[in-house]
Amino acid sequence: MTTASEPYVLNIGPQHPSTHGVFRLRVVMDGERIQDIDMVVGYLHRSMEKLAEERTYTQNIPFTDRTDYLASMSNNLGYCLAAERLAGVEVPDRASYLRVIFAELQRIASHSMANGTFINDAGAWQTPLMYMFREREKILDLFEMTSGARLTTNYMRIGGVAFDPPAEFFPAVNALIDELPDRIAEYTELLVDNEILLARSRGVGVVSAEDAINGSLVGPVLRASGVPWDLRKAEPYCAYEDFDFDIPVGHVGDCYDRFMVRLEEMRQSVRIIRQALDGLPSGPHKTEIPLALRPAPGEAYARVEGPRGELGFYVVSDGGPAPFRFHIRAPSLINLSLLREMAVGTSLPDAIVTLGSIDIVVGEIDR
Amino acid sequence: MMRSAWLDPVRTPARRLSPRVLAPLAVALLAFVALNVAIAVVIVSGRLDGHWYDFRDLGIAVQSLREWLDDRTADQPQWMSDALGDHWLSYIVTALIGALGILSFVGAVLLVLIWVERRLIGRIQVRRGPNRVGPFGLLQPFADAIKLIQKETLIPRGADRFMFYLPPVLVFIPGLLVWAPIPWAPQMSYLDINVGVLYLIAISSLSTLAIFMAGWSSNNHYALLGAMRTVAMMISYEIPLSIALLSVVLFTGSMQLSEIVQWQADHNMWLGVLMPLALFTFFFSSTAELNRTPNDIAEAESEIVAGFHTEYSGMKFGLFYAVELGNAVAVAAFVGTFFLGGWSLFGLEEWVPPYLVFALKISAAYFVLVWLRGTLPRFRLDQLMLFAWKYLIPISLVQVLLIALEKSILERWDVPGVLPLTIFTVVNAGFAVWIVRFWARFLGYRPERESLLAPTLTTTMGGLQAARRMRAAP
Repeated sequence: MTTASEPYVLNIGPQHPSTHGVFRLRVVMDGERIQDIDMVVGYLHRSMEKLAEERTYTQNIPFTDRTDYLASMSNNLGYCLAAERLAGVEVPDRASYLRVIFAELQRIASHSMANGTFINDAGAWQTPLMYMFREREKILDLFEMTSGARLTTNYMRIGGVAFDPPAEFFPAVNALIDELPDRIAEYTELLVDNEILLARSRGVGVVSAEDAINGSLVGPVLRASGVPWDLRKAEPYCAYEDFDFDIPVGHVGDCYDRFMVRLEEMRQSVRIIRQALDGLPSGPHKTEIPLALRPAPGEAYARVEGPRGELGFYVVSDGGPAPFRFHIRAPSLINLSLLREMAVGTSLPDAIVTLGSIDIVVGEIDR
Repeated sequence: MMRSAWLDPVRTPARRLSPRVLAPLAVALLAFVALNVAIAVVIVSGRLDGHWYDFRDLGIAVQSLREWLDDRTADQPQWMSDALGDHWLSYIVTALIGALGILSFVGAVLLVLIWVERRLIGRIQVRRGPNRVGPFGLLQPFADAIKLIQKETLIPRGADRFMFYLPPVLVFIPGLLVWAPIPWAPQMSYLDINVGVLYLIAISSLSTLAIFMAGWSSNNHYALLGAMRTVAMMISYEIPLSIALLSVVLFTGSMQLSEIVQWQADHNMWLGVLMPLALFTFFFSSTAELNRTPNDIAEAESEIVAGFHTEYSGMKFGLFYAVELGNAVAVAAFVGTFFLGGWSLFGLEEWVPPYLVFALKISAAYFVLVWLRGTLPRFRLDQLMLFAWKYLIPISLVQVLLIALEKSILERWDVPGVLPLTIFTVVNAGFAVWIVRFWARFLGYRPERESLLAPTLTTTMGGLQAARRMRAAP
């Protein structure tokens, strides 16, 4: 006997434990099966791109902290690179190295958060998240030591970085990067062979390499699908061409691959930081620029490999002290766009795990 | 610039107790030891045995009280005996004492274990857990309870009001009833009926009804999903749970809980050691019935927020929370009774009060539950169903056959003592390992074939062509 069933709409969010911010999913479900998904964004819209047109180039740096608030260093870096390209500012070597160190520390912090929340979405009761918070906490302490802030660091400047790290920074960061490989090995032990995690994440939310490229996916999500594309290698900026590191590439493109790619990227980041610390040149940490920078009319686009993927900043100058147009290419928004294709036809738990594995930051989606 | 304290290794200054504190503590310790020695002497001399003040078994005291009360009603007029029976007074009084005992035990345990669970989870998660309210945060549960009581309970507009009010109360009843037949000491059992196992199975499935009512009456999709999941899980996991208990009943030859414990005490053998597969099946099924990790699907926080009690607030939520915890302790008590030898501890129960031994076993089983909760992710509903129907039920059915065979051998083979049980223990353990591996492979589980694919490391970048090349490479 079959009984008639009719689909219903389940409203996930804007407040929900798994939407990582204020993001809303309207899910058409038949029992536990998902028939359609409607993604509603915009609950965190602060009109940053428009606000930026009213402020000078330097005043815009704190805005970039607040787009992707889990990776403010990378955002600072991307914007500063764009502004430098526009104004033709040279960056000292030491500043480039410091930028690499902080961007990679930020990547480790952000990936800790991403993997922790992913396991949380898979149902672990916060334990892996708390473990990964422990390491993130130490990195945030390093940020606080150097820039005075933990989350919205506002550290990079057009022409360099705001401060040279204090003397106590170096022993602390050395201790941390000596400790991190052990910690990552600990996560591997706890999670990688966990049958429940394997059952929950393997073959879930699969994106093929073709779909990933057609969908313009970036970052760990793209690399998990098997496309070897990382801007740090493909189009080195700052000083990345000086360092010896590998890019992890997944096989299937499922949630498990994304998790593993992030875990491996944390290891590679430790390698980069170690090399950058060893080869840190002396010299000034900043090029002095005029307070009200007035670049010649023109446009510039700079992209960096943020923790969530390719992060682009497009700045247009009309010769005035403020950008004429300011645009952020946010990796979270673009990675999210394929959620519907990944989740339709699966069940609700799979959709939640998939959403967790994409690693969105709503501040960046809505800007 | 301030150096962050986080970067230092955690260094708490060593606390030295002053002699003024130390001396009374030492005296107290000596007095405690002396008291224990005195108690031991009294026990060895046998002066306690069978007297009402034998604190090792509170059942004896109640028994004496009953006899005393029966004496009081012995000379009642004939019409009273006709109407009420001969033992009405002793029955009422002892029933009330027992009920009061269970109520106060469950209440106390809930208050303490909320704290214990949170502290343990805190330790597992490299943080401290509640440590602000009272000494070591011990008063935190009271603070929580006060907060919950004074909170407004919201009722959603579309909810069925009567049905919405009922479940938090209803769900408490089975949560208390399950404690009745559990034996705490040889004579310390509130309801020592000869169908104890059946009673437990019947009572423990009652709470599902209340949960379904809660989910249905909330008029909320999350609540409904949670309720449906609960019912589905309950139906699936009641079967392996009952089969696991069937092995216990088969081997001990009794459904009476005190008999089951007595069997384990007589043979100096825990059933959990004798039949590990039954223990595993029972424990896993219980986590499914309890909604605890790894099977907390019915209230999967990351998916359906809080499941069936999404819409409940204030003390109504508090009741659900308390019952959930109480049921977890009850399951720990079942595990202790059926599989860990109940109040017996290889003769030590003569010295230590058996109820303390039993409480220790409950704590151990409960610790495992907390440990699992702090470690494991969650299954998906369909995976959990498949696990019940494809793995647990066939395996435990085969195991019941084996247990029956062993029982009949034991009946016919007249070797008393430890030899047959030892052989059976080894056989059962080997069988458990073999059947789990065999059955998983039979159903197509090949861990070595799908090798764990760590990401490939590369330094050459490219687009789709590179991706295809990498995919083609071995």
